[in-house]
Amino acid sequence: MGVPIQAKGLNAWFGKTQALYDIALDIPPNHATAIIGPSGCGKSTFVRCLNRMHETVPNARVAGSVNIGTVDVYGNGTPAVELRRRVGMVFQKPNPFPTMSIYDNVAAGLRLNGIRNRHKLDESVERSLRQAALWDEVKDSLNTKSGASLSGGQQQRLCIARALAVEPEVMLMDEPASALDPISTSKVEDLIYQLKEHYTIVIVTHNMQQAARVAEFTGFFLMGRLVEFDKTEKIFTTPRDKRTEDYITGRFG
Amino acid sequence: MDNDKHSGHETHAWKVSFGRRVANSAATIGMACAAVLVVTPLVVIFSYLVYRGIGALNWSFLTQIPKPVGEAGGGMANAIVGSALILLIASAIGIPLGIGSGVFLAEYGRNRYGDVVRFTADVLNGVPSIVIGSTVWGLLVVTQKHFSLFSGAVALGIMMVPTVTRSTEEILLMVPQSVREAAIGLGISQWRVTVSVVLRTATAGILTGIMLAFARVAGETAPLMFTAFGNQFWSVSPNQPASALPLQIFYYATSAFEELNRQAWAGALVLIVLIVGTIGIVRLVASRGLMKGAV
Amino acid sequence: MEALPKITFAPPKAAAERADSVHAVPRPAVRLAPVIPPAGRFADRIFKGLVLGCAASVFAIVVLIVIELVSQSRLSLRAFGLSFFVHSNWDPVSGDFGAFPFIYGTLVSSLLALIIAVPLAAGVALFTTEMCPRPLRSTLSFLVELLAAIPSVIYGLWGIFVLAPILRTYVEPWLAHNFGWTGLFEGAPYGLGMLAAGIILAIMIVPIIASITREVVTAVPRQQREAVLALGATRWETLRIGVLRNARTGIMGGIILGLGRALGETIAVTMVIGNSPQISKSLFAPGYTLASVIANEFTEATGNLYLSALMEIGLALFIITLIVNALAQLLVWSVTRGMPARAIG
Repeated sequence: MGVPIQAKGLNAWFGKTQALYDIALDIPPNHATAIIGPSGCGKSTFVRCLNRMHETVPNARVAGSVNIGTVDVYGNGTPAVELRRRVGMVFQKPNPFPTMSIYDNVAAGLRLNGIRNRHKLDESVERSLRQAALWDEVKDSLNTKSGASLSGGQQQRLCIARALAVEPEVMLMDEPASALDPISTSKVEDLIYQLKEHYTIVIVTHNMQQAARVAEFTGFFLMGRLVEFDKTEKIFTTPRDKRTEDYITGRFG
Repeated sequence: MDNDKHSGHETHAWKVSFGRRVANSAATIGMACAAVLVVTPLVVIFSYLVYRGIGALNWSFLTQIPKPVGEAGGGMANAIVGSALILLIASAIGIPLGIGSGVFLAEYGRNRYGDVVRFTADVLNGVPSIVIGSTVWGLLVVTQKHFSLFSGAVALGIMMVPTVTRSTEEILLMVPQSVREAAIGLGISQWRVTVSVVLRTATAGILTGIMLAFARVAGETAPLMFTAFGNQFWSVSPNQPASALPLQIFYYATSAFEELNRQAWAGALVLIVLIVGTIGIVRLVASRGLMKGAV
Repeated sequence: MEALPKITFAPPKAAAERADSVHAVPRPAVRLAPVIPPAGRFADRIFKGLVLGCAASVFAIVVLIVIELVSQSRLSLRAFGLSFFVHSNWDPVSGDFGAFPFIYGTLVSSLLALIIAVPLAAGVALFTTEMCPRPLRSTLSFLVELLAAIPSVIYGLWGIFVLAPILRTYVEPWLAHNFGWTGLFEGAPYGLGMLAAGIILAIMIVPIIASITREVVTAVPRQQREAVLALGATRWETLRIGVLRNARTGIMGGIILGLGRALGETIAVTMVIGNSPQISKSLFAPGYTLASVIANEFTEATGNLYLSALMEIGLALFIITLIVNALAQLLVWSVTRGMPARAIG
C-alpha cells in the first residue's frame, strides 16, 4: 500500500539561489500525482527533496519538513540511505548500470542491501520485470545482454524494474518519458497507470497531456512556488489561478 | 584538393596561387616523411631485436642461472623469476594505493585537497626513476644495511602509483553522474555506490591503466640498481638482493664478453615480449568494447 | 555501528494487503525490512578514511623523497654551497666535487634531443590527425605508442650495438667532412658520445610529444577549422591558421614534458653517452649527465662526501624536473581546459 506524502514550508537552495519557496502540498496515497510547470520552475527539485536526493548535489540545502507516511524525512536520525530505498526513483534519462547484465541491473538494489539468496533474487527480478512490462522482451537474454544494449524505452522500463525490485512504497518519476519515443512513452504511461494501485506515485512532467492521462491530481509550479494543486480534471478545466490558466492554454512557458 | 578550386578571386580563374600550392604540398610531404622517420627506428629496433634475440634464445637461457664469467652457456632464469617477484610485490603496493587515491580524487577530490594530491601525483610521475631509486636506497637499504628484492619492489611500486591514480580518476570521472544517482536513488550507502556500482562500471578502464603502469615499470632498470642490486644466483627471498631482467640486460650489454652481449639480446627479447604482450592484451580488451557502455 | 531507526511507512497489516501484484505474479517470500542492516554512515566514514589515506600517502611519498634528498645531500651542500653547480672539477680521489660537466651534458643532450624530436613528433602527430587515410590512423598511433613502450635498457642496447657503429662508420665521418667547420663535429668519431645520446633520447621522447600534440590538436573545435576552410584556405593553411595557432600553447606543453623526460632519462643515456665528465664543443665527444653519474658511481661511491655529492645531484635533478613538469602541465591544462591531462606511461 502506498502512503501519503506531506510537505510543509519546504524551501530549497542551490548555493545562494533559492529554487523552492514555502511549498505546502499533501499528496494522497495510491494515486498518481503529476507535477507540471515550465522548465526551471522547481518541479524536479521538489521531487528530489522528497527522497533527499537534493542534498547529494554540492552546496544544495533544504529547509522545512516532509513527511512520508509516519516518517519525518528531514527528522533527526532518519537515515537518508534507508529512506531512498523505500522511496523509489526513476530519472529523466534512462540510467541503467552500463556494465551489468539485465539481471544484475534489476538485482543490484537487492544485492547491495545484502540479499544473496539466488532463489529470492530470481523471484524478485522476474516479478519486477513483469511489473515493468519488460519481462517478455528480455527473459531470454537476462544474463547475456547488458543493460546498456537495450533500446531507450526498454532501458527506462529496466530502470523502473530496478526501482520496483527493492519494493518501495513511493515511486518518484522525474520526467520518465521525456527522452523516449511515443510508443515507449505510452508503454511507460500504461505502467504508471497500473502501478498506482499499489504505490504512491509522483510524476514530474512538462507534457500536460501526459499529466492528464495518468494522474488524478496535479500540482502546478511556477518560479519555485506551488501555484495550484487540485484534481487533474479541475486543473485542466476550471483552474482557480490565472497563471495556471495561462500555462494550460499555452500562453507562456 | 576540391576545396582549393573555390578559393581566390574570379579574376584569378579559380586558381590557387603557385606559392600556396607548393606550401601545401611541401607540408604534406614533410609530415609524411616525419611519420616514416618515426616509424623506421621502431621497425629497425624490433626486427634487430628479434634477429639477435632468437639466435641467442634457447631452453637453457630460460631455465639456468648465469655461469661464471668466461664459461659458455647459462641463462637468466633467476632474473626472470626475480623480475616476476619484484613486479608482483610492486603491484601489491602500487595498485591499491593508486586505485585508492584515484577514487579519492574522483569522488571526494573536487576541492583544494584534491588539487594538492593531483599536483603531487603529477610531480611523482615526473620524478626521474634514478632519483626514486636513490631515495628508496636511503630509506630502506641504508636502514636495513643490505640490498633487497623488497626495496626494489617498493621503488617500482612507488612508480606505479601516480599512473594508476591519474588513470583511475580519469576513468571514474567518465562514469556518468546518472549512474551514481541511480544507485543513490536505490537507497545504497555512499561507499557501496562507489565500490559496487561506480568502480564496477569502470573496471575495464581501471584495468587498462593498471596494465599500462605495469608495462611501464616492468622495463625499468635505474630504480633497481641500488635497491634490488642484482644477483648471480637463485634467490627468492624478499630480504636478499635479487636479479631482474632489465638489470641483467644492462650488465650484460655493457660487459666486454661477447657471450654475455649475446645473452643480453635474448633477455631483451623476453622483456619486450612480456611488455608488448601486456599492451596487446590491453588493446584487445579496449577494442572489444567492454568499456563502451561506461563512456 | 550506530543504531539507526528503522523506517516503516506503512503498518505491517497494510503490507500484507499489498500481496497481489500488478500482473498477478506471486509476491516473493522475502520482506526486505528485517534483513537490511542499517546502512552505515560509519562504513561510509571508514571508506572515505581509507581512500583519503591512500591519497595522503601519495603526498607523503613526495615529501619523503624531498626530505631524504635534502638530508642525504646536506654534507655536500655545506661543503660546496652553490658553487657546486658551476664548479667543473669532479675528482672523487681528492674529494673535490663540481657538477657543472653533468649539468652541461644533461642540457646539451636534452636540447639536441628536442631539436631532432620536435619536428618529427609534430609531423607524425599532425599526419595522424589531419592527413593520414583513416584506416592507417589507428595503426600509426599504435606504432608511436609502441615506441614509448620499449624499455630504456633496450634502447641502450640497440644504441651500443647498432646505432653507435652506424654513427662511427657512416654518419660522423660525413658530418665531419661537410660540417666540420662549425666546430660541432670534430675529433675522432667514437660512435658513443653526445650525438648518440641525443638521437636515442630523441627517439624516446617522440611518443610523448606526439601524443600531447595529437591531444591538443584534436581539442581544437571543428568550427575553427571550418571558419578558415570557408575562407578558401588550402589544407596546410587551415592547419596552420585554424589549428596550430589554437593549439600551440598545448604543443609547447608537450615539448616541455618531453624535455622533462629527457632530462631525467638514465639507463639508455648512460649506455651510449661515453660517461666522461668533460665539456667539449664537439658532439662526437663523450659526455656525462646528472642521471648517469648517479647510475654509474652510486654503488662505488666511497666516503660520505662523495655519496652526498651524488645525492645533491639527485636533488638538483628532482628540482629541475619538478619545475619543467609543472610548467608543462600548466601549458597543457590551459588548452585542454583542466580536463585531466593523460598520465603519460
